[in-house]
Amino acid sequence: MPVAGGERFPNRRKPPMTALAALIRRDIRIALRVGGGALIGVLFFLTVVVLMPFAVGPDLALLSRLGPAILWLGALLASLLTLDRLFMADHEDGSLDLITMSRTPLELACAAKALAHWLAAGLPLIVATPVLGLLLNLDMVATAAVALTLLAGTPALTFTGMIGAALAVTLHRGGLLMAVLVLPLSIPVLIFGVAASQAVIVGPMTFGAPFSILCALSLVSLVIGPFAAAASLRHGLD
Amino acid sequence: MTLIDLANPTRFLALTARVLPWLAAATIILLTIGLYQSASAPDDYQQGATVKIMFIHVPNAWLSMFVWGVMSIASLGTLVWRHPLADVAAKAAAPIGAAFTFLALLTGSLWGRPMWGTYWEWDARLTSVLILFLMYLGLMALWRAVDDPSRAARAAAVLTLVGAINLPIIKFSVDWWNTLHQPASVMRMGGSALDKSFLIPLLVMAVAFTLLFVTLHLAAMRNEILRRRVRSLQMTQASQKAA
Repeated sequence: MPVAGGERFPNRRKPPMTALAALIRRDIRIALRVGGGALIGVLFFLTVVVLMPFAVGPDLALLSRLGPAILWLGALLASLLTLDRLFMADHEDGSLDLITMSRTPLELACAAKALAHWLAAGLPLIVATPVLGLLLNLDMVATAAVALTLLAGTPALTFTGMIGAALAVTLHRGGLLMAVLVLPLSIPVLIFGVAASQAVIVGPMTFGAPFSILCALSLVSLVIGPFAAAASLRHGLD
Repeated sequence: MTLIDLANPTRFLALTARVLPWLAAATIILLTIGLYQSASAPDDYQQGATVKIMFIHVPNAWLSMFVWGVMSIASLGTLVWRHPLADVAAKAAAPIGAAFTFLALLTGSLWGRPMWGTYWEWDARLTSVLILFLMYLGLMALWRAVDDPSRAARAAAVLTLVGAINLPIIKFSVDWWNTLHQPASVMRMGGSALDKSFLIPLLVMAVAFTLLFVTLHLAAMRNEILRRRVRSLQMTQASQKAA
């Protein structure tokens, strides 16, 4: 745009990184305050894990064997359900239109929003893991392994789930349809996350191989997620 | 006649009406030859007569991936080139692809029972094909859930392109993970591992199934175009009544 004057638009000179940092700060703040609901994810995680002993029976040996799988499933569902409104709230109050029209590339803005969501809703899940590990009779090493794999794997869940969130806002549909569309994409993350944790607990595989694939999945979704989400926002919003 | 000329649905309908009978005839002839050859192929020295499941299973499995590839190209057509028939092609292909994937899983399972001793095993190839099947079903659900076809088309296109990542995973899963499903033996470096008496019927069947897909796909696209016309006529009629 040929409009001159840094005085009228003091933000013009600022590099886009500042805008992204502001976006991340804003999203985290909204998520943590009243009406945000980032911490509901942790509560959901806790509830799902507490439900499991009722389903499989309070056999501690069995629970410690199933522990990593239960924790991973809980984290997967929790991050999927909180992602539903990643773009929806911004769409309702109009800030999504501002973000799509701003000079910051939409892909970067999507990545920033997903990062903020992960910091606000994904990290608490990992912090809660040791406590839930106690409930499932996991020892120190196993809990640490699950927490580490969650740390490496939940970014992949957030960044692939973001595609579903973008579709949800462009189609005015959320909930089950999005879960059906996004869950198949998260199966590889689940496979390698649980495989790496099980490798520590029971062997005989090494921890390194599945863990590196898990990291690779996160990195790949870090690249693909923002582009796919931005594409569906660009083509879908009107 | 280029791809752009086909952007006119009427021209597309006229062309496919002329081509479809020939395609259908070619499909029937090739399928007959292929089935006859498969039936008269010798039994395997190890697997016996069950090896003949291969002539159905392998083409279905190939087609399950090929159809997603076709849908990915159509999705590019929707998002990049804005070709008017691209989303019709993508929508019409999804149920056909799902059917091929289901048949691949079913025949594989029936073949696995006598050979591996189990109908299902959570092996890398089987799991990745099952994910493909779930994604087909998800796409079909997406098409059904949204009433505005152009809106659904763009969402489905993004999802199809993301799902295309699964294709190389399926292809190379048997090489990356050493699991129950046998590694690639038809298309591999250093020539096929199959004997000619098996390879030729298999290739005939593969071509026949591809022709079958093209025939079904074109027919489904015609139906979809006509369905949309009927729908828009109904909408006009309803709005005229209201006015």
